[in-house]
Amino acid sequence: MSVASDTIALEQLRSWLRDFAAEVAEQAEYLTELDSAIGDADHGTNMDRGMKAVAALLDDASLDTPEALLKKIGMTLVSTVGGASGPLYGTFFLRFGTALPGKTEVDAGDLGAALRAGLDGVVQRGKAEVGDKTMVDAWAPALDAFDGAVTQGGGLAAALDAAVVAAARGRDGTADLVARKGRASYLGDRSVGHIDPGATSSTMLLESAARTLTA
Amino acid sequence: MIGIVVVSHSRALAEAAVRLAREMVSSDGGPSIRTAAGLDATTLGTDAAAVADAIGAVDSPDGVLVLMDLGSAVMSAEMALELIGPEVAARVRLSAAPLVEGLVAAAVMASAGVDLDTVTREAEQALGAKEHHLARH
Repeated sequence: MSVASDTIALEQLRSWLRDFAAEVAEQAEYLTELDSAIGDADHGTNMDRGMKAVAALLDDASLDTPEALLKKIGMTLVSTVGGASGPLYGTFFLRFGTALPGKTEVDAGDLGAALRAGLDGVVQRGKAEVGDKTMVDAWAPALDAFDGAVTQGGGLAAALDAAVVAAARGRDGTADLVARKGRASYLGDRSVGHIDPGATSSTMLLESAARTLTA
Repeated sequence: MIGIVVVSHSRALAEAAVRLAREMVSSDGGPSIRTAAGLDATTLGTDAAAVADAIGAVDSPDGVLVLMDLGSAVMSAEMALELIGPEVAARVRLSAAPLVEGLVAAAVMASAGVDLDTVTREAEQALGAKEHHLARH
């Protein structure tokens, strides 16, 4: 495997978000279905609207660094998603971008640190902890797995694959949790037995990353 | 005079609440009140950038009180504080006051020139009159 595939160029970041936008569009109904079980039935619609706006800006050549692109993505989601995913994913991308100042290419170490900055932003914004049945329950184990793979000498592809597996497991584990944040928290015990929509879309984002960032 | 921002998922709700509050204040003068509500006239949701713009629009050295409905409105308002910069953010208060009762109380007090911290505190007690009347205090 060539070293080149272990660094991420700006065009791959664009591919990543394009892939995620397509995935969200295809799965919008499913995401909304998850959200109608325990939320206000708008996660799919909201994320689709937000990601369509993001897809439209990906060809803007003036967004010519990872930092500029990711921060613009964050601000776009803030203004188009509408629900909690707006400030949450918005903060995620803003912090993610801010953690890559002056970079034109991103390696596995950079990516891990920047994703973690994004997760810290989500936690700060939503005040959720692991176990609250939120997107954090996918991100936290995913980033631990990513970092673990890198520490063990794995390349970018191995780290992303490990992250996806851990995110999916975290997502599936949300089914057994009682919601402690968001509209689902009003349901209390009745939220048990349903997977969290935010953990689902977060896992999709990581799956898109694994598909596109090492290509 | 302090400025007031109303953050709600619903533009119609926010505008109606502001109309109600203005009824309680003399027709000349009264505080600057802006809404940051809905993604458009009918789409529900909040937008931190719009909240930041609204704060900027009503900002003055006397500061700004921000009232919110629930859930992501609060996160959007908190995010707006990061977008406006620390100098302005230092004179903004996000209040846990009930939206309608707090807005009415705040508008009346703001008109009387009451300072930001006092208005914030009083708005957060705005359910008191209702509770007292219903003898649930």
